[in-house]
Amino acid sequence: MKKCRRCSKPATLHITEMREGGVHELHLCETCYQEYLDFSETPDDPETTDSSSEIAIELSGDQTLDELDQTSCPNCGISFREFRSQGRLGCPHDYTEFENELLPLLENIHGETQHCGKLPTRAADSSHRQYELIRLRKDLQQAVTAEEYEAAAQLRDSIVSLESELGLTDDETTD
Amino acid sequence: MDLDSLIPVSGSWLRGTGPDADIVVSSRIRLARNLARFPFISRADDDLRTEIETLLKSQVMELSSAPPFHYLDVADLEQIDRQFLVERQLISREHADSHGSRGVAISEEEHVSLMINEEDHLRIQVLQSGLSLDGCWDLIQQIDNQLDETLTFAFNERLGYLTACPTNVGTGIRVSVMLHLPALVLTKEINKAFNALHKINLAVRGLYGEGSQAMGDFYQISNQITLGKSEQQLIDGLKDVIPNIIKYERKVRDELVRKNRRELHDQISRAYGILQTAQTISSEETMQRLSSVRMGINLELIDDLGIPAVNELLIHTQPAHLQKLYNSELEVRERNEARATFLRRRLAERRGEQN
Repeated sequence: MKKCRRCSKPATLHITEMREGGVHELHLCETCYQEYLDFSETPDDPETTDSSSEIAIELSGDQTLDELDQTSCPNCGISFREFRSQGRLGCPHDYTEFENELLPLLENIHGETQHCGKLPTRAADSSHRQYELIRLRKDLQQAVTAEEYEAAAQLRDSIVSLESELGLTDDETTD
Repeated sequence: MDLDSLIPVSGSWLRGTGPDADIVVSSRIRLARNLARFPFISRADDDLRTEIETLLKSQVMELSSAPPFHYLDVADLEQIDRQFLVERQLISREHADSHGSRGVAISEEEHVSLMINEEDHLRIQVLQSGLSLDGCWDLIQQIDNQLDETLTFAFNERLGYLTACPTNVGTGIRVSVMLHLPALVLTKEINKAFNALHKINLAVRGLYGEGSQAMGDFYQISNQITLGKSEQQLIDGLKDVIPNIIKYERKVRDELVRKNRRELHDQISRAYGILQTAQTISSEETMQRLSSVRMGINLELIDDLGIPAVNELLIHTQPAHLQKLYNSELEVRERNEARATFLRRRLAERRGEQN
């Protein structure tokens, strides 16, 4: 159980700051985190207005940070630890896989967790079905690296047939 | 696209027209989108990145809702050319410095640019002169709608458009306005304005500067939040507050003119003089002097130079632009001389043009 860096209460928020020169980790309790927010500086680079410079994760339940860090997305393989240290997610499915940790984070960043803006024309469902392709590609990649060529061939077939089923080979052909 | 042909010109968004163009230099809207069936860029290896780029490039280049594009293979460009595009605000620094297949589609007038394989698979940007967020939104929506006809974007009903960084999820929109606020900086009232903006979830960044110190008194104001509000609400959030800042800056400028006209006029004239005659000048100082001159034109204390010329100089005096103009790599000292030469010539040419 990590202690808060500023007082000695248990730390419930785990912040990863990304600065030039590297990544810096900070563990704070709720109160000290509020103070940290009030005094935090704006990021340096005026051109990266778009990237976040810190990720603050609040643990719920009994899970330790180390346990959480080991969990990973079955689709793209990114571990939670990797997400925390680079501030970027690996694939759309991560939003489901890491939902418990991401919802409070999103609440902190945006104050809301329900989208009420524009919708794409295709139902969200068709978007979800395509995530399977991410997993298949990752498995294919691993099979090739491990020289399991039979498995790789089967995976390739699965990818082709799923793309065809989803109508991707018609709409989104590569030229 | 022949980048060298861009050297003497500037994007239409710098032409200094558009509402409130004395203080609002430009408006910008950006949308982030990812394809559902690929991992995000950080987990995409080189082969995948190539596949994503090829696919998106073919869709982007066929868009009828957008002006005709030139496509640039950013991975293949020289470092100086990438820097050149960053200075023109057509790609981000991240896009320039990243690795793997990536490109950008740019309109002739440089008001639309689509980056492929930056932080997200697709980042669409529309830039217009003055305060014209509605105009930006109309055009960017048309482009997004047309892409949406053939592409399936990563999306879920709860969280909206899914992006590589949680700070962009939901609408994936970044709405910003670039303002010139020399009077607020001069009277040190700028921090009051920033604190007020921060309280309503708007981010303020200095352009061309480090930390909160802006070079040339140019500031970019944009939304922090992208989830839980609609795109129109986020745009309105900025539209509602920018007029107040404009009023504030104008009020302080008027006061400065009333109370300190002589000192102000002197400062502006000296700045103009330095730009016209210096033999060597750093980019920091150039920004500073250009800021004074720009204000001077708005206050009618300078009457033989136009805003478009000043806007252009902000871009053309930057390092990659100068090096491309002189077609050689220049060290800092040589650049400072080249910059001064360029300023003397350009200002001599442009004097006599007015707004």
